[in-house]
Amino acid sequence: MMKFLSRFYMAIIFLLLYTPILVLIIFSFNEGGTLSEFTGVSLTWYGELFSDEEALSALINSLILAVSASVIATIIGTFAALGLHHMRNRYIKGAINTVTNIPMMNPDIVTGVSMMLLFVAVSAMLGSRDLFGFGTLLIAHVTFDLPYVLLSVTPRFKALDKSMSEAAQDLGCTPARAFFMVDLPEILPGIVSALMMSFTLSLDDFVISHFVSSPNFQTLPLYVYNQTAHNVKFSMYALCALIVFIILAILLVVNFAGSFRSVRHRKGGA
Amino acid sequence: MKNRTSPRGRSVFQKAAAAPHVVWAVMFIIAPMLFVLYFAFTDTDGNFTLSNIAAIGQYGNTILLSIAFALIATVVCLLIGYPLAYFMSRTSPRTQKVLLVLLMLPMWCNLLIRTYALMALLDNGGLLNSLLESIGLPRLSIVGTNFGVILGMIYDFLPYMVLPIFTVMTKLDKRYVEAAHDLGCNGVRTMTRVVFPLTVSGVVSGVTMVFVPSISTFYISQKLGAGKIDLVGDTIERLFQNTSTYNIGATMSLGMMILIILSVCIMNRFSDGEGRGMII
Amino acid sequence: MENGVLIRLQGVSKAFDGETVLENVSLDIHDKEFITLLGPSGCGKTTTLRIIGGFETPDTGDVFFDGVRINDVPPYKRLVNTVFQKYALFPHLNVYENVAFGLRLKKLPEAEIKAKVQEMLAMVNLKGFERRHVTTLSGGQQQRVAIARALVNRPRVLLLDEPLGALDLKLRKDMQNELKKIQRQTGITFIYVTHDQEEALSMSDTVVVMADGKIQQIGTPVDIYNEPVNAFVADFIGESNILDGTMLADCKVRFSNHIFDCVDSGFGKGELVDVVIRPEDVDVVPLERGMLSGTVSSVTFKGDYYEIIVDVDGFKWMLETSDFVGVDQRIGLSIDPDAIHVMKRSEYSDTFGDYSTFSEEMDHLSDVTEEDAT
Repeated sequence: MMKFLSRFYMAIIFLLLYTPILVLIIFSFNEGGTLSEFTGVSLTWYGELFSDEEALSALINSLILAVSASVIATIIGTFAALGLHHMRNRYIKGAINTVTNIPMMNPDIVTGVSMMLLFVAVSAMLGSRDLFGFGTLLIAHVTFDLPYVLLSVTPRFKALDKSMSEAAQDLGCTPARAFFMVDLPEILPGIVSALMMSFTLSLDDFVISHFVSSPNFQTLPLYVYNQTAHNVKFSMYALCALIVFIILAILLVVNFAGSFRSVRHRKGGA
Repeated sequence: MKNRTSPRGRSVFQKAAAAPHVVWAVMFIIAPMLFVLYFAFTDTDGNFTLSNIAAIGQYGNTILLSIAFALIATVVCLLIGYPLAYFMSRTSPRTQKVLLVLLMLPMWCNLLIRTYALMALLDNGGLLNSLLESIGLPRLSIVGTNFGVILGMIYDFLPYMVLPIFTVMTKLDKRYVEAAHDLGCNGVRTMTRVVFPLTVSGVVSGVTMVFVPSISTFYISQKLGAGKIDLVGDTIERLFQNTSTYNIGATMSLGMMILIILSVCIMNRFSDGEGRGMII
Repeated sequence: MENGVLIRLQGVSKAFDGETVLENVSLDIHDKEFITLLGPSGCGKTTTLRIIGGFETPDTGDVFFDGVRINDVPPYKRLVNTVFQKYALFPHLNVYENVAFGLRLKKLPEAEIKAKVQEMLAMVNLKGFERRHVTTLSGGQQQRVAIARALVNRPRVLLLDEPLGALDLKLRKDMQNELKKIQRQTGITFIYVTHDQEEALSMSDTVVVMADGKIQQIGTPVDIYNEPVNAFVADFIGESNILDGTMLADCKVRFSNHIFDCVDSGFGKGELVDVVIRPEDVDVVPLERGMLSGTVSSVTFKGDYYEIIVDVDGFKWMLETSDFVGVDQRIGLSIDPDAIHVMKRSEYSDTFGDYSTFSEEMDHLSDVTEEDAT
C-alpha cells in the first residue's frame, strides 16, 4: 500500500513538473500557432527560427561567451585551488574562500547589479566610454563561474596523496615534472567537471547578463527574454523545445558514458 | 604522523598560483560590492546621504509581499519536496539514477523557458483553459494573480529543494532507520526522531536554494504576474533602468543582500551548512 | 668509502612548527647492510628516513652519502629509492608502467626497459601481472609492485617506510622472508622503518632503537635484546621485568630485598641501577628453593608455555614457564647470574617494567592505535 502511494506520489509530481515542458514541445510543432487547439504537425516555427538571423547570432554569441568564460575561469580557478592548497595561513585562506563564494551565495540580481555599478563607475572615470558588451559579459561570467570551479577542483587537491608526488620525485622527477606526471592526472577529472559546469552556467545565465550586456551583444537567454517580453512567439516555443532536446541528449550521453566507464573499470581494463 | 609540508615542496610557483584569482576577486567581487555600498549611501551627485534608506519606505508593501511569496513558495516546496526526496531515496539504485536524471533535466533547462512554458499552459488563451472550456467548466485566471506567481516559483524551484534533500537521504545509513525500529519507533516517530534530524543539512540547503531565487526573481512575476504584480526583483530591475534611480536601487540591493545573509546565517545554525554548492 | 660507511648522519636535528622531532641524531649506515629504525610512533624514525630520501632537510647537522654532503640534493638526484608507507603506486598507470616509471625518466631504450621490468617482476613473483591495474591488486601484490618499482632503478640504498604495516600477519611473515631474500640477492643497502620489534629483530643486521627524537641504542638484534642500554629499550624490545636495584660491588646487585650474583661490573659502589630480567630467564622452583617467593596472580596459556604474573612483595613479575601453576599458588623464583642485566638509570627509569596493570587487551589496543597513528 505504502509502496503504491509513494509511486503514485512520485508519478504525480513528475507529471506536473513535465507537463508544461511537454506541452511546449508538442505545440512547437503546431501548425496553427495557437495554444488552444492542435491543428496539425508542421515545422513552420522551426523554419522561422532558423531563418531568424538574430537568434543564430545570439546562439553563436552564447557559445563564444560560454567557452571563453569557462576556459578562463577554469584556468584561474585551478591555479587558485593549487595556491590555496599550499597556503598555510588559515585566516587568509578562509578570507579568500569567503570572498570567492560571494557570487554563489548572493542572489544573481545583486551580483548583476553590483557588476553593473562597477562598470558604470569605471566608464564614468574613463570619460563616459561605453564599456558594455562582450568584455563586461565575459568578466561577469568568469566571476560567477569561479566559485563553482573552486568547488569542483579543491576536493581533488585535498584528496591528492602527497606521497605520490614524492614517489615520482624519488624515481627521478623534478617537482614540476612530478606535478604534471602524477598529480595532474588525479586532478584532471575535477578540472573537466569545472569546465563543464562553468560552461553550462554561462550558457544558462540570464539575470547577471541582463545587467551587464549591451544590445550589440545578445546571448541566447537575453534573446529569449527580449522575444518573450510582450507577445507570444511560436518560434520561441521551437527554440525552447530544441534546447530541451539538446539538454536531454547531453544528459543521456553523459549518463551512458558514465556507465560504460564504470563497466570498463570493473573489468579492470586500462 | 601529522601532515607536515616540507619547505622544499612549496615553490614560488605554488605560492603565486592563487595570485591571479586574488586580483580577480578584489577587482570583480569586492570592488562591485563596495560600489553597491557607495551608491547606497550617496545621492545622484555623489554626496553622502541616508535619504535612500528612508526612500525604501515607499516600497514597504512590495518588500513584505516578496518576503511572503518567497516564504510560501519555500514552505510549499519543502512540503512537496521532502516526501518526494524520501520516496525517491527508497527506490532501487537503478530507478534512483533515472529519477535523478528526470529531476535534473528541468534544472538544466533555462529558467526563462520553464517559466514561459508554464505561462503558456496556464494563460487565458492557454491549453488548460481551452481544455476546461471544452468540458464546460469556467475558465481559470491564474496568470496575473498572486497564486500564479507563487505557483511559478514553486514550479521553477521545486527541483532545487528535492535534490539536496535526496542527496543527503541516499547517504543516510539504512541501519539508523533499522536501529530506530529496533528500539521501538513506529514509522512516524522514526521519521520525526531519526530521518528528519539526520537530513536537516539537506533541508537547509534546499530551503536556501529556493528562498534566495524566489525573493529576488523578476522574470516569474513579469510572466506569471502579467506585469500586475510587483516584487522586489522587479523594483530593483526597474530602478536600474534609469541612471537617476541607481542609488535607491543600490540601497534596495544592499537591503536584500543583508536580508539573505541574515536568513542564511539563521538557517545555518540548524546545520553545519553546506551552502548552495550542493546542487551540482 | 671509509670503513664501508655509505650514509652518515651527523648531529641531525629537525623541528616542525617548533616541535622537535629529531634531536642531534648521528648514525653511520654501512654498505650492503640491512638496518632498521625501530621505535614507537612519533619517535622520529620516519623523519630520519625522509631526510635520507631528501624529502626533508635537516635544520642542523649534515647528511653524507659516500662522503659527499647531500643536505641540499633534491630527491630526484639521489641514488636512493623509497618504498612508501601505503605504497604510493600511481593509480592511473598499470603495473608495468608503474615499474617502468623511473626507467622511462632515464630515457632508456624501450627494449632495455622491458627486459628490466620483466626481470624485476619475476623477482617479486608478479610475472603476468603487467597489464593489471594497480587498484585491482591485493595489498601484498601492491607491496611487491612498490618494491619492484623502487629496485628496478638499481639504487644504492632502498628506503622502506613501514612497508608491511598494512598487511595481515601471515602475509607479513612471508614478505619479511622475501624482503630479506631480495636484500641478500641484490646486495642493496636497506633502511627499514618499523614499530614492530619482532620484525626488526628477525630481519636486520643492525637495529637502531629510537624514542623521542633520539637514538637510544644501535646494535645487532642479539645485542639489543640481551644488552639493552636503558629501561626504554628493554621494555620496547620483548617483555622485561625492570626492577630498581643497588650495585653493591662488581657482580653483586641487590633488588627485591635480595642480593644476587650477576655478571655486570663497572658501576659505582652503591649506585642505583635498573635491573632487567627477561620472563623466560626466570626459573619457577618449589618455594623452599627460591631466591624470591611470590603468589601467582594470573596464568595465561600461550601454546608451548604459560605466561604467569607473579606478585613478589607488591611488584608484579611476568614469567614464562612450561609447568602449570595455579592461581594463588605460592612459588619460588630462581635467577641465574647471567640472566640478570644491569643498566644505568635513565630518564626512562621507573616508567616501564612492572606488570601490575598489564592486560592482554590493553597491549593489543595500544598496538592498534599505534598502527593507526603512523
